[in-house]
Amino acid sequence: MAADGAAPGALRRLADSDLFWSFRRSPVTLAAAAATLLLVLGAVLAPLLAPHNPYDLASLDLLQARDPPAWEEGGDWSFPLGTDDQGRDVFSSILYGLRLSLLVGVGAVLLAAILGVGLGLLAGYAGGWIDTLIMRIADVQLSFPAILVALLVDGVARSLLPHERQEQTAVYVVVFAIASSIWVQFARTVRGSTLVERAKEYVQAARIIGVHPVMIAWRHVLPNAMGPVLVIATINLAIAILTEASLSFLGLGLPVTQPSLGTLIRIGDNYIFSGEWRWMLLYPAIALAGLTLAINLLGDWLRDALNPKLR
Amino acid sequence: MIAFVLRRLAQSVAVMLAVGLIAFMLFRYVGDPVNNMVGQDTSLADRARLRQELGLNDPAAVQFGRFLARALKGDFGVSYQYARPVREIIAERLPATLELSVAAVLLALAAGIPMGVYTGLRRDGFLSHLFLAVSLVGVSLPTFLTGILLIVVFSVSLGWLPSFGRGDVVALSWWTTGLLTLSGLKSLVLPAITLALFQMTLIMRLVRAEMLEVLRTDYIKFARARGLPNRIVHFGHALKNTLVPVVTITGLQLGAVIAFAIITETVFQWPGMGFLIVQAIGFADIPVMAAYLVLIAFFFVVINLIVDLLYYAVDPRLRIERGAAGGHGR
Repeated sequence: MAADGAAPGALRRLADSDLFWSFRRSPVTLAAAAATLLLVLGAVLAPLLAPHNPYDLASLDLLQARDPPAWEEGGDWSFPLGTDDQGRDVFSSILYGLRLSLLVGVGAVLLAAILGVGLGLLAGYAGGWIDTLIMRIADVQLSFPAILVALLVDGVARSLLPHERQEQTAVYVVVFAIASSIWVQFARTVRGSTLVERAKEYVQAARIIGVHPVMIAWRHVLPNAMGPVLVIATINLAIAILTEASLSFLGLGLPVTQPSLGTLIRIGDNYIFSGEWRWMLLYPAIALAGLTLAINLLGDWLRDALNPKLR
Repeated sequence: MIAFVLRRLAQSVAVMLAVGLIAFMLFRYVGDPVNNMVGQDTSLADRARLRQELGLNDPAAVQFGRFLARALKGDFGVSYQYARPVREIIAERLPATLELSVAAVLLALAAGIPMGVYTGLRRDGFLSHLFLAVSLVGVSLPTFLTGILLIVVFSVSLGWLPSFGRGDVVALSWWTTGLLTLSGLKSLVLPAITLALFQMTLIMRLVRAEMLEVLRTDYIKFARARGLPNRIVHFGHALKNTLVPVVTITGLQLGAVIAFAIITETVFQWPGMGFLIVQAIGFADIPVMAAYLVLIAFFFVVINLIVDLLYYAVDPRLRIERGAAGGHGR
C-alpha cells in the first residue's frame, strides 16, 4: 500500500472523483451504502454486540424456547427479538448468521474471482487449445443455472466427505460449491479484455524485449483487464449470499448448530402455522432481504458509474 | 443449413456424453455400489460374487459403455433411499414438475409482457416506477422467501389457498394431473406465482428495454408520420419486433425455471422432481442424483438446441451473414 504521507492526497483525489460525485448525488445509493455498512458492522462486531452466544449450547435453556420479542406480552429484554425453538436469542443468532452469510458470500466470490480471473487470463493470453478447452467448459456450465451447479457440486462434495465430519466441513463445502457455480462470469470477462489487451502495442513491446510471457500476463495484461471484475464481484456477492441462503434453507448448506440466515429462516418456517414465525422467521428474513437488496443497489450504482457509455 | 444443424447436433451429443461421464463417475466411484445394496451381514465372498455379477470388475471404459447403454433405455438402477427403480420414481414425479414449470412460464409471460409494454410506453408514469421498484425487490428476495411470504399471507392469515401438496390428482394413464380438480388448481396458484415472479421481472425488463429501443427506430417514426393510430404503431409494429428476444430468453429460461422449481417445490412440499433431488442429496442417494443430472442436462441441451434452431429459422439476418461468409470462404 502507499505510504501514510500520501493518504490525505489520495483521500482528496477520491473525494473529487467522478465516482464519489455520482455516489453523493444518489440518495438511494447513500442509503444502500449506509445499510450495508450497518449490517457489515453488525456482523463483524457480533461477538461484542450480541447479548448471547448462539454457539454456546450450554447456555441454552429450553424453558425459554419460543419466547416472543421483548415488547410483546411474555417477552423479556434479555432476548430483544425473542427466542427460537432451542431457546437461542433470535437477535444474537441473526448477528452471527449475518456473519456467516457474509463470510461464505465473500469467501465464495473471492475463490471464484481467483479461479475465474486466473483461468480467463490463461485462456485469453495462451489461446489455442487451452483457450478452447476452458471456454468450452465455461459455455457448457453457463447453460445451466448457477443454483443447480452449486446444488449438485454441494451434493457430490457431501457424499465424498465423511459423514461425521460434515458439520466442520460444511462451510468449506458451501464456499466451494458456490464458487464453482459463478467462476465462469469472471473467466469470460477477463478473457475478453485480455484478448483486447494482448493485441496492444505495450504488450508487443514487452514481448520484443524478451519479458517472460507469464510476467507479461501477470504484470502488464492483468491490471488492465481487472476493471470490470469489481462490478461482477459486487453483483455476484448478492447472488452468492442468496445461493448460500437457498442451500441452507433446503437443509443442504450450513448445519443448525452454526445457523446462517438461511438456516434461521428454515427453522422459522417450521413454525409458520403457529404464531412464532412472527419473530423466528420474519427478522432473519428482513436481515437477509435487506442485505441483498443493499448490495444489489450498490452493484447497480457501481455498474452505471463505471460505464462510460452512460455518462 | 444442414451443416449448421449437424454441427449443433454434434455439440449437443458431446455435452450429453460429458454429463453422462460425470454421472457415471458419481455412480461408480462415490461410495461403493455393493455396500449400498447389501446388508451388514453379507459375507466377503458374497460381496465379491455380487461385484463380479454387476460387472464392477470390468475395465472402466466397458462399464461406462454399459452405463450409457442402460441410460439410453432410461435405466438408472435402484434408488438407495426408496429401494425402487429410479425410472419409476422419476416417472411419478415428472408430471408435477412439468405442470408447475409450464404454469409458471405462462404466468410470467402473461403478466410480464403487458407490464413491460406499459413501462416502456409510459416511462415516467407512477405505475411504471412502481413496477420497476417491485421488480428490484423481486430480484433481491430469494425464491424461498417469496414462497414463504405468500404462504404467510394467503394460507396462514387469509386461509384462501392451500400451502402444501398438489391437491387431488387425476391419473391419465401414467401421467397424473392436478389441473382437472378444483383443489389441484388451487394448490397450483401459490407455487406458480412464486416460481413465476423472477421470470416475470426478467421478461418485463427485457420487453421494456426492447420497446424503448424499437420506439426510437426510423420505421416507427415513419409509421407515425403515415398517421397510423398509436394502438397499431405500439402493438402492430413495435411489440411484434420485441418478441423475438422474448421468445429466446423465455425458452432459455425454461431450464432455469425447472432448476428453481427445486426450491419452490421444497417450500410448498410439491411432490415433483425438485423435492425428490433435495431429499436424494440429503440422503446421498447417488442413483437418483445421477439420473436427475442426466435428465436435467438432456432438458437443457434440447431446449438450447430448439432455441438455436428457431432463432436460425426466425432471424433471416443470421442466415444471410453465414451464407455470405460461407460463400466467400468456400
